Amino acid sequence: MTSRPAKKKAPLSTDSEWTFELIEAYDKEIARLAKGFRLDTYPNQIEIITSEQMMDAYSSIGMPLNYNHWSFGKQFVETEQRYKRGQMGLAYEIVINSNPSIAYLMEENTMTMQALVIAHACYGHNSFFKGNYLFKTWTDASAIIDYLVFAKKYIADCEERYGAEAVEELLDSCHALMNYGVNRYKRPQPRTAEEERQRQRDREEYIQRHLNDLWNTIPQKEEQETARVSRFPKDPEENILYFIEKNAPLLEPWQREVVRIVRKISQYFYPQKQTQVMNEGWACFWHYNLLYGLYDEGLVTDGFMMEFLHSHSSVVYQPPFDSPYFSGINPYTLGYHMMQDIRRICEHPTDEDREWFPQLAGTDWLDAVHYAMENFKDESFIQQYLSPALIRELKLFEIYDDAESPTLKVSAIHNEAGYQRIREDLSAQYNLGNREPNIQVYNVDVRGDRSLTLRHYMYNNQPLGESSEEVLRHLHRLWGFDVHLESVKSDDTVCAQYHCPPREILETL
Amino acid sequence: MSYIIDRRLNAKKKSTVNRQRFLRRYRKHIKRAVEEAVNQRSIREIEQGGQVTIPNHDISEPVFHHGDGGQRQRIYPGNKEYMEGDEFRRPQGGGGGGSGKGKASNQGEGMDEFTFNINQEEFLDFLFEGLELPYMVKKKLRDATQTETRRAGFTTSGSPEKLHIVRSLRAAHARRIALSGKDRRQVRELKKELWKLEDAPSNPENAKLRELLRAEIEALEKKIRKLPFIDDFDLKFTNLVRVPVPSSKAVMFCVMDVSGSMTQAIKDMAKRFFILLYLFLTRNYKQIEVVFIRHHTHAKEVDEEEFFYSRETGGTIVSSALTLSGDVIRDRYPAGDWNIYVAQASDGDNWDGDSDACRQILINKVLPHVQYYAYVEITTGPHQNLWLEYERVREAYPETFAMHQIEEAADIYPVFRKLFARKMEGAA
Repeated sequence: MTSRPAKKKAPLSTDSEWTFELIEAYDKEIARLAKGFRLDTYPNQIEIITSEQMMDAYSSIGMPLNYNHWSFGKQFVETEQRYKRGQMGLAYEIVINSNPSIAYLMEENTMTMQALVIAHACYGHNSFFKGNYLFKTWTDASAIIDYLVFAKKYIADCEERYGAEAVEELLDSCHALMNYGVNRYKRPQPRTAEEERQRQRDREEYIQRHLNDLWNTIPQKEEQETARVSRFPKDPEENILYFIEKNAPLLEPWQREVVRIVRKISQYFYPQKQTQVMNEGWACFWHYNLLYGLYDEGLVTDGFMMEFLHSHSSVVYQPPFDSPYFSGINPYTLGYHMMQDIRRICEHPTDEDREWFPQLAGTDWLDAVHYAMENFKDESFIQQYLSPALIRELKLFEIYDDAESPTLKVSAIHNEAGYQRIREDLSAQYNLGNREPNIQVYNVDVRGDRSLTLRHYMYNNQPLGESSEEVLRHLHRLWGFDVHLESVKSDDTVCAQYHCPPREILETL
Repeated sequence: MSYIIDRRLNAKKKSTVNRQRFLRRYRKHIKRAVEEAVNQRSIREIEQGGQVTIPNHDISEPVFHHGDGGQRQRIYPGNKEYMEGDEFRRPQGGGGGGSGKGKASNQGEGMDEFTFNINQEEFLDFLFEGLELPYMVKKKLRDATQTETRRAGFTTSGSPEKLHIVRSLRAAHARRIALSGKDRRQVRELKKELWKLEDAPSNPENAKLRELLRAEIEALEKKIRKLPFIDDFDLKFTNLVRVPVPSSKAVMFCVMDVSGSMTQAIKDMAKRFFILLYLFLTRNYKQIEVVFIRHHTHAKEVDEEEFFYSRETGGTIVSSALTLSGDVIRDRYPAGDWNIYVAQASDGDNWDGDSDACRQILINKVLPHVQYYAYVEITTGPHQNLWLEYERVREAYPETFAMHQIEEAADIYPVFRKLFARKMEGAA
C-alpha cells in the first residue's frame, strides 16, 4: 500500500454478488499477481457448492469421496446440528491436495469472500502443497483421488461379501490406531537395480534350501538356540498398522488390505498435521498480499477491502489465554504473523533482528519466504523463525505444569531471558512426537503365546489417557492374541502396564 | 490455469449412508430417547422429529493420548501481568492447566453430551421399530378385491406398445451372428489367403487366383448382408401380469367411554393411545379412515373435536358402543374391502348387567369382521366385571383380541409395543 501506481485500472466489480464471469476474472488477475510472486501451483479446479455439500465434504475428512463409516455420519450430524443452531459458521473453503487441486467455494459467499478464498486456497495452500518438502516426499497429489475411488469400492465390495458389521468392526479398530499408521521418519527409497538382483538371489537361495532335501539333513547349529531369545521385530516398529498388516497372524487377506487403506490415508494426511501453522500462515500471508496487490492496481474497491479486512482480521485473531474463546494458539495467527515477520526482517531489520537473524536481515524477502515454505515443518519453522519481536507482540509466556506440585509456575515470559526458551518450547509443542504418545511395537512372543508387547516411551513422565484400554481392545481384535502395553520411563523402567484381555490383579501387582 | 465448475446441482446428501450407519449403531440410545419423548410430549407434538442426546463417553472414538500427570510446558498468548517465576494455584476445571490437548476442552464449555436431531420419519421408524400389524397375512389374498399390474419377464408375442426394443434388437443381433457364423469364418479364411497372395510377387497366375478369391469373398459377403436385419422371431415384448393385492384401505374405530368417571387425564391417556395407533396404521395403509364412537349410557358417532373435548356425564353401558360399531361396520365398511381395527379405551366401569351382553356382541357382531381389537383399561383400581368378561373373549379369540391395563402415561408406549410386538411364529 506504500506506493500506488499513478494509473489505476477500473474495479472488476462494485457489487457483492458473484457471477461465474467475475470469479473467472478475479482468478485471472490473482493468478497474474501470484505468478509475479513466483507461486508455483497445481492447476486449480474451483468448484462452487452449497452449504449442504460443504457439510458433506466436512464429514468425509474434506475429501470429495471416501468409504462409508458411521464415524463420518457422526461428524456430519454434529456439523449439521451446530451449523443449524448457529454455533458455528462453515469454513469458507476446503482445498484438497490433489492434482489438479480442488477448491470448494460456497455459493453463499459474497464476491469478496470468493476472491479471498481463491487467493487463500487456490494460490496459497495450493503452492504450499506443491512446494513443501514434506508433501513432496510423502504424498502423491496426482494419485490420491484415484486411490480413494479404489478404497471406496474395495470397502463396499468387502461389505457385500463379508457383511457391513464385520467391515465396520475392522474399520473401528483401524481408526483407533490411525495415528499409528504412519511412517514418521523413513520413507522407503526406490530399490536400485543391484538391490533388486540381490533380493532375487536371496529368494532363489531360500527356495533352494526349502526344496532341497540335502539342506534339511545338515544338523542345526547350537547358536540358533540363542537366536530365539532375540526380539521380533528386531527394532521397535513405530508404524503399528503396518506391523499389523504384515504380521498379524489371523487376518484374512481382505482385512490386511483394509488395514492398508486406512494406513495409506493416514499417511496422506500426515504432512498436513505437521504443517498446520505454516500452511495456514502461508495461505493467509498470500491472500493478504494478493488482495492488496489487486487494491493497489485499483482492481477492487474500498468497500471490497473493508469487507476483506474484516474477515482477515477475524481469521488471524488470537484470543488471550484467559478469554472464554481461547482454545489454544490459533495456527492462522501464529503462521500469518511469522510469515509477515520474515518479510519485515528482510525489509526493515532492527538491530535485534540483525543479531538474531543475520542470514535474513536485508535479503530479498520473496526468496526468504519461499525458502521457509519449502524446507520446514511447524516444529523446525518455529525453531528457526520465531522472532523476539513477535514473541513480544503476541505476549507469549510459558507455564510449567508439574503434576507433583500444587502450583503452576510461569517459567518464561516475553523478555530477554525468555525468548530462547519460549521459542524452543513452542517448537516442541508442535512436535507430533511429543503431542501423541510415542508407542511402538516392541516384541512378539513368537515361540510362546504369540502375545504382542507394545512400549510407550514416556515424554516428560506423562501417562496415557483413559481411553488407552479401549484402544488396546481394538488392537487385540486385529492381532488376535494377547496384547500388552508397557509405559517406560526415560531410564527404561516400566511404570505402568495395560493388558488386553485384562490380567488377574495378582499378576499386575 | 483454473477450471471453474458449478457443482451445486450435484448430489447432495452424500452423507446419508454414513448418517444412517451412525443411527443404526446408536439405535439403543435413540430408542430410549424416542420412548422418553413419547411419554413426555404433548399430544400434538407426538409425531414430530426429536432431539436425541447421547453421553459423549458412549460415542467417543478412542485413541491413544496423554492423560493428566507428568510435566508439561505450554506456551500461552496474551500475557498481562505474569512475571517469570510467578507461581499460582492450578485453576479448577482444567481451564488453564492442560487445555488445548484434550478434544473435549477444545469445543467450549459443557459438551458432555452429544445432541442431534432426527426427523419425523426417522422418529416414527424408531417409534414403531419391531412392531407389526398382527395377522395381516390371513387377510391378504382371500379377500383381495383389487389387482395390480406387475412386470413378469418377456414374451414373444404382445401388442406393439409393449415391444421391448433393446431386447428385440439384441435378439436380432444374436440371430445374425449365429446364422452368419460359417460364412464369416470362410470370408476370414479367404481374406487371409488373398493377403498372402497380395504379398507374394505378382504374376499372371497369381492375379487370376486373386480375382477368383475376390469374387468368392464378395459373394459370401452379399449372402451375409442378405440376412434380414430384424425378423418376427426376434421380437420381444414386455410381459405384464395382473396379481391380486391385499386391500390397502383401513378404518380405525376409536371407542371411548365418556361417562362421569372418565376424567380429562384419563381421556388424554386414551388419546395418546389412539394417536399411536393411528400413526402406526398410517405407516401400513395408504388410506385410513377414523370413526369416533363415544358412549355413556348410549353411544354416538362424533367428530374428533367432540370425541376428545366435549364433556358429558352419566352412567356407563359399554354394549351400546359395541352395537353401534357393529352396525357401522355392517353398513359402511364391508370386511372384504377394509381392514378394520378397533381400539377401545375405558376406565373399566360398566353397568353390571351389561358386561355379559358386551361379550356376546363382541363375539357375534364385531370380532368376526375386524383385523384386530385392542382394549386398554386405564385404571389404578382393581378390575371389574367388564375386564373379566373380556378375558373370556380373549380366550375365544386369542389372535384378534388383545387387552391391557394402563396405570399412568408412561405405560402407554410400552403397552402399545406389547400389543403390536412382532410375533415370531407365522401368523397364518
